[in-house]
Amino acid sequence: MTISVAMTVNGKSVSGKVEARTLLVQFLREHLGMTGTHVGCDTSQCGACVVHVDGQSVKSCTMLAVQAEGAKVTTIEGLAPSADKLHPMQEAFRDNHALQCGFCTPGMVMSAIDMVKRHNYQLDEATVRRELEGNLCRCTGYHNIVKAILAAAPAMKSAGV
Amino acid sequence: MTSATGIGARVVRTEDKRFLTGTGRYVDDLPLARATYAYFLRSPHAHAKIKSIDISAAEKSPGVVNIFTGKDLVDAKVGGLICGWVVKDKNGEPHKSPPHPVMAVDTVRYVGDTVAMVVANSYDEAKDAAEAIRVDYEVLPAIVDLAKAFDKGAPQVHAEAPGNLIYDWEIGVKADVDAAFAKAAHVTKMDIVNNRLIPNAMEPRAAAAEYDKGTGNYTLWSTSQNPHVLRLILSAFVLGIPEHKLRVIAPDVGGGFGSKIFCYADETMVCWAASRVGRPIKWTAERTESFQTDCHGRDHVTHAELALDKDGKFLALKVETIANMGAYLSTFSTAVPTYLYATLLAGQYTTPLIYANVKAAVTHTAPVDAYRGAGRPEATFVIETIVSKAAAELKMDPAELRRKNFIPAEAFPYQTPVALQYDSGNYPPIIDEAMRIADYAGFEARRAEAKSRGKLRGIGFSSYIEACGLAPSQVIGQLGGGVGQWESAQIKFNPTGNVQVITGSHSHGQGHETTFAQLVHDRLGVPMDQIEVVHGDTSTTTFGMGTYGSRSLAVGGSAIMKATDKIIAKGKKIAAHLMEADVADVVFENGTFKVAGTDKAVPLAQAVFAAYVPHNYPLAEIEPGMDENAFYDPANFVYPAGTQICEVEIDPETGIVEVIAHTAVDDFGNIINPMIVEGQVHGGIVQGVGQALFEGAVYDKNTGQLLSGSFMDYTMPRADNFPSFKLGYKVTPCPHNPLGVKGCGEAGAIAAPAAVMNAVHNALAPIGVKHVEMPATPLNVWQSIQGAQRAAAE
Amino acid sequence: MYDFAYHRPKSVADAVALLKGKEEARPMSGGMTLIPTLKQRLAKPSDVVDLGGVKELAGIKVEGGNVVIGAMTKHGDVATSADVKAHIPALADLAGHIGDPQVRNRGTIGGSVANADPAADYPAAVVALNATVTTNTGKHAADGFFKGLFETALGEGEIITSISFPKPEKAAYMKFPNPASRYAMVGVFVAKTASGVRVAVTGAGPSVFRVKAMEEALSKNFSSDAIKDIKVPATDLNSDIHGSAEYRAHLVGVMARRAVDKANK
Repeated sequence: MTISVAMTVNGKSVSGKVEARTLLVQFLREHLGMTGTHVGCDTSQCGACVVHVDGQSVKSCTMLAVQAEGAKVTTIEGLAPSADKLHPMQEAFRDNHALQCGFCTPGMVMSAIDMVKRHNYQLDEATVRRELEGNLCRCTGYHNIVKAILAAAPAMKSAGV
Repeated sequence: MTSATGIGARVVRTEDKRFLTGTGRYVDDLPLARATYAYFLRSPHAHAKIKSIDISAAEKSPGVVNIFTGKDLVDAKVGGLICGWVVKDKNGEPHKSPPHPVMAVDTVRYVGDTVAMVVANSYDEAKDAAEAIRVDYEVLPAIVDLAKAFDKGAPQVHAEAPGNLIYDWEIGVKADVDAAFAKAAHVTKMDIVNNRLIPNAMEPRAAAAEYDKGTGNYTLWSTSQNPHVLRLILSAFVLGIPEHKLRVIAPDVGGGFGSKIFCYADETMVCWAASRVGRPIKWTAERTESFQTDCHGRDHVTHAELALDKDGKFLALKVETIANMGAYLSTFSTAVPTYLYATLLAGQYTTPLIYANVKAAVTHTAPVDAYRGAGRPEATFVIETIVSKAAAELKMDPAELRRKNFIPAEAFPYQTPVALQYDSGNYPPIIDEAMRIADYAGFEARRAEAKSRGKLRGIGFSSYIEACGLAPSQVIGQLGGGVGQWESAQIKFNPTGNVQVITGSHSHGQGHETTFAQLVHDRLGVPMDQIEVVHGDTSTTTFGMGTYGSRSLAVGGSAIMKATDKIIAKGKKIAAHLMEADVADVVFENGTFKVAGTDKAVPLAQAVFAAYVPHNYPLAEIEPGMDENAFYDPANFVYPAGTQICEVEIDPETGIVEVIAHTAVDDFGNIINPMIVEGQVHGGIVQGVGQALFEGAVYDKNTGQLLSGSFMDYTMPRADNFPSFKLGYKVTPCPHNPLGVKGCGEAGAIAAPAAVMNAVHNALAPIGVKHVEMPATPLNVWQSIQGAQRAAAE
Repeated sequence: MYDFAYHRPKSVADAVALLKGKEEARPMSGGMTLIPTLKQRLAKPSDVVDLGGVKELAGIKVEGGNVVIGAMTKHGDVATSADVKAHIPALADLAGHIGDPQVRNRGTIGGSVANADPAADYPAAVVALNATVTTNTGKHAADGFFKGLFETALGEGEIITSISFPKPEKAAYMKFPNPASRYAMVGVFVAKTASGVRVAVTGAGPSVFRVKAMEEALSKNFSSDAIKDIKVPATDLNSDIHGSAEYRAHLVGVMARRAVDKANK
């Protein structure tokens, strides 16, 4: 079944015709060519595909594109305020070497931003580690990801994002 | 020179911006016009005869472009996949080498074996069509239990490997070792299973290919750690496409850990089919396929014995191992449990006599090959668990027993009884530093405090050595390896002074774009933002052996240093000409050529410009241009070493093991970028702890189905399984490479399993538990506790 | 995934009409189980009826002594609801441990309860708190609702609209997660109410079940000591690579005692 779908992605209105079975991540990657959001598993475990839908982090591999009809979607491509300035979470990931191969990184960053906001910019190490339950990384051993998120929380607060 | 961005500086990574903004380019991200999509039909059985394959209904399925089966490859005379390392049996015979067809022809030998390739206009359509293929299988009994692979009557995997035996290999003189055991005051014995692991790089394997009918050129994009080696194998052995007509590109690759070294069936098929389909083909593994078809790691069953004299000095070590090869011999599989394993069995110790016998078995399971550490974690696990067990039996402190047997600093270079000559090291200060960081002295107080909370606390050591920086080509040749193991580098200046550093190494997370730029910046004074590190494309790179075995910096970085030497040498001649000075008087300092004792100076950029615009240039003596190539072949392996200390708490009611603290002190020689090195250690530790506590590939022993076939069943380490780690360094520079560096990529994973399991055993010893196998899952630990309680009651 | 016809009704009545008119129609709430099932091609529905547009199904209300949670209320909303935290903190705690944050942002209580996954958390709360499951056609008592593996008392075209949880005197949930999937390998919900104590176990068997022996002992003495010698038979419990039936039986005891201690804190 082919369905028309329209949503806002990173502030831009987009639309397309998709099969009902098209996942949100397929719509982003294959229809919009936005390949920053990754697919690392088929069982909704790895979190490489995390994006924000109406301000909440979700696994875009476990949501149909048609379910995002009318929604505001933010992906990793939409975070940086300008070409030469990164979001504080992106900056913290870079400063703390919180990424190696980069494949899990988009999902990690999107989950991390949601985490910081849900906890009102107040996080401790145990909370960060628990909140990363839905994101797998095989390179970093998580050590520097945790460090980066703890560093980003106050930076996001002072930047007002 | 030293600077904020030179050697030794914590430089943030150049490559991060693209990964952080979603602009990295992995294979699946490629936009290929008119692409088709491949789906592979895989065997649902561990062992079966293929009686027939009927594709007629599938061919009519919507969107189908082509369907290929093993018979098509036979008709096209496509070769089989190869194992590139010949290991000689103890009788001097080369290992058994059963054929490895790219796609199964008449027999499938593991769940996931490739049966057919469907190419369609979309991935979903290809998958829809694959369901319509009718394969008539005659299911046969399968052997998946390694310990029973050599049993009489066990199902046979290949007619070419009678008794499922690939080789029966040995190192050392058994009679000498037996004689030493006869005189021993104490013998410690252990039976160990080194659990089978599934690599699970976060990016699933993927391939894409296109064929240019006009030129006859193929381009293959692959998630490869070594694109040149992949091209060489495909050209010379499998597809017969001449090397110069096949371009292999490994763009951004999302982690490898060994699993992306090898030449696989699916990428081979994608490449081969591209010319037949006439349109580009894309394929990306689903995670389930990764579980079933990525080469697995480890999987040993071992019996080990250590002989000690009355003072605790090691007299001899005897090791018998059965290693699982899986259903087919993967690219480097034969070398892993022999030359990368048994040659490491001296560890950090002066054990004078070592004998190891390794039998490699084929089973109806996915192929097994190198996985982070490859052989060395298995060796370290044998040595470090048996040493700790010996200490416990002798009621000695495990650190003390280690110290008593360490190779002393003055003994380097040190010839071990198992072929390797360790170039450098100083082990006692490492363990001292690890014990200081881990507060070993305060452990018993912490154990008592944990006991008051009902928890069992334990501490464990692992003092590892590894041989990495693969490898001296002549040694590899003598050992049966089929390729050289040098690395290439090219330093190509542009007229405006910026530079491309072209390396045959491949980065799939290791940060080469930063570390290698730091080398060139440090050596030539070119600003970091004027340096571009290029890798991963056979068309733009001279040649390369790729990245594995912690070799990139020690071998690839050394090649870059050689190339900078050539740049400086040529620059001196140009500068001498420009300054009207004698070349012998020209020195190169901080990016500038100078004549000692004068104020004459030519910045490197000026010499480069002169080389490309040679209006005032010694054309009779030197060629224009500033573009130098170097190949570096190391004189020896490098030998990083270190000690890890793990502290765990076990909940005896549930069996849950919690890692409370984990310390690693390493000697990686000189360090170029400490930030990146720490990241490698963190990741390695988690993979090592993962092996010890969480991960295990489990096949149903009867059906051969992979029971741990998804993240729902295979326990991946997650953030909340760990504390933050404590790291430290000691430095003995490598004496034989120009950077003085050793490797750091595998160390964490090599050392951690033994540290964790020694801690687990230490925690459980007071309640009578003698042995827990990896992974020490809650179930496994609980069952071990139950067993000990039953034994105590009897 | 096989393709299907997709519908997004705005009311319960429309949703029910769509479900009834089709051959193989499946309702979808958060999709956290259905979509992975479809991706693995384990189901081939002709139609998927997305309940996401039915506004009347979401929300949390306190009605008398009950907390009434709309079927489309997300786990994350239950976990952070001031009302749930005030009246049944154990339920908020349970919701906060379902899946991961992203699952909690999408998955719903109605979907979880209707799916009756043997390893789901909510069924333990529904049974232990003696909740009432309200549907478009009527009401179900907790005890008869879960019939077996992925099986409930819901009839054809019947969808959950809300679940009403009576406020207990004390309650707590203890979960032993499967190390890999993090689903409940054993989850025990203990609730003490005016009418007695209930102990409901999820994850261990084919469906949620009560442990009557523990309930009786705890009704007399609500302390972990009271149940320390009660063993749950391993017969009929689940067994897999992460937990044998014997281990699960043992964990039921451990988690039950810990839940009682937690409830008493």
